[in-house]
Amino acid sequence: MTSDLRDLYQEVIFDHYRKPRNCRALMDANHKAEGYNPLCGDKVTIYLKVADGIIEDVAFEGAGCAIATASASLMTEALKGKRVADVEHLFRDFRDMVTDAPTASPQDLGKLEVLAGVREFPARVKCATLAWHTLHAALEDRQQPVSTE
Amino acid sequence: MKMEREVFGIPADERFDVARWRADFPILREQVHGHPLVYLDNAATTQKPQSVINALADYYARDNANVHRGVHTLSQRATDAYEAARGKVQRFINAAAPEEIIFTAGTTGAINLVAQSFARPILNAGDEILIGAMEHHSNIVPWQLVCQQTGALLKVVPVNDAGELELDAYERLLGPRTRLVAITHVSNALGSVVPIERVIALAHARNVPVLVDGAQAISHVGVDVRALDCEFYAFSGHKIFGPTGIGALYGKAARLEAMPPYQGGGDMIRSVTFEKTEYNDLPYKFEAGTPNIAGAIGMGAALDYVSTVGIGAIAAYERDLLTYATEQVSAIPGLRIIGTAKEKAAIVSFTLHRVHAHDIGTILDRGGVAIRAGHHCAMPVMERFGIAGTARASFALYNTREDVDALVAGIHRVQRMFR
Repeated sequence: MTSDLRDLYQEVIFDHYRKPRNCRALMDANHKAEGYNPLCGDKVTIYLKVADGIIEDVAFEGAGCAIATASASLMTEALKGKRVADVEHLFRDFRDMVTDAPTASPQDLGKLEVLAGVREFPARVKCATLAWHTLHAALEDRQQPVSTE
Repeated sequence: MKMEREVFGIPADERFDVARWRADFPILREQVHGHPLVYLDNAATTQKPQSVINALADYYARDNANVHRGVHTLSQRATDAYEAARGKVQRFINAAAPEEIIFTAGTTGAINLVAQSFARPILNAGDEILIGAMEHHSNIVPWQLVCQQTGALLKVVPVNDAGELELDAYERLLGPRTRLVAITHVSNALGSVVPIERVIALAHARNVPVLVDGAQAISHVGVDVRALDCEFYAFSGHKIFGPTGIGALYGKAARLEAMPPYQGGGDMIRSVTFEKTEYNDLPYKFEAGTPNIAGAIGMGAALDYVSTVGIGAIAAYERDLLTYATEQVSAIPGLRIIGTAKEKAAIVSFTLHRVHAHDIGTILDRGGVAIRAGHHCAMPVMERFGIAGTARASFALYNTREDVDALVAGIHRVQRMFR
């Protein structure tokens, strides 16, 4: 196996693909959005329970490939307890990491950094960002499904 | 060589010399991620032989000018080459006359032309257009658009679990309001060869005209539009070793004559005043604007190439390759082939247990194997089979059993990683 494949498909990714965390409908969600990657037909639904500007709970359904599923799973773990106001910054840094763009003030992305290998696979960036784009739409309460295109 | 050993009972001079044909395609010498390219995405687009690349370069290096306009030498040479290409298309599909060949941007352009110039003027609210359940989006959406414009209805002929068109249902759906049947010749997602002779005969028995989407068929099966007797046949140059951005619409002359122009512009007119414009004769009535001259010439060179190899020889070789690929691939545990029609072109679409097609595609690519992963612009087909997408290996005349072996080794690597 080539080393960039190993960097992409790390054990943590496989773990989250096989056993995705927070993969369920959230009954008491007060924000929800659907995301769609027209390239492959993958769909994801993001559920959020926000109170006093804090993400109290977050879950997802759907996704698809290992990268999209693991990214959604890891995202839900990273978001719990975060302030909504900080999400934008986190998304920007995450996107910069997977596209290899220079980040102005990079923060420690913690476990999300296992997805850094995506930057060597431009065709897969949309898989990694699908859940994040959908999160964005959920926070804005957009009714139309968000697309990665 | 392994290939030769396994071709029994065929005289040496009639054997398909794949090594010879491979040498004509410079891209097959490319390395991808340190591996020799194994190109199995031919249903998306085919590679180009040196003769096609040369035809494009030679045209721009020696003959480039606008067509049907100038009195100067280059314009005449460009016009001659462009019209010669039309003749090549005519002969390749055995059309009765060159005027029956309209150059388009591709199959999509050709189908849209028929939707807007043939179907739209004749459709009334409640009329029906009949398509199959395994159409490419290009043979769905143009009809949806014309249905929205006219109030006509789109009806869909189902396919069975093997991916074969259900002819009984088709007969029932052919009704008094059916104005057109638009059907794919070969499914790009499943590889199924549709028995279009039967489809056309049944439609004609009810005086219903037929358009055949030949995008996927043209490089795999011989096409004789006069024997088929279809009203329209559409295909793209790039799926038969020619350039992108060029294709052809065949239409019976009487149908084309009766149709209004699709687009207005230069070349499609005889005379223009602000009060009235007279349209040009066929085929120019449907070729508004400066056409893709180099593309047409390149497509002509591609058809010459296929004729040299022989479409019958290609079909026989690919049938053998498909049998081998089907055997090898279906022996992989957890792999399910989608599309098991009795009559198939050399396409193997499959899913792998617990592995998404995108992951298969990425991992195979790192081993130099190029396949398509996803819905193949045929989302209703994926829905029919209850899947989001497939991995698809699609073969062409230059593929070998070694390519199949590389695919199988790649799939094993995927399974090891996902274990």
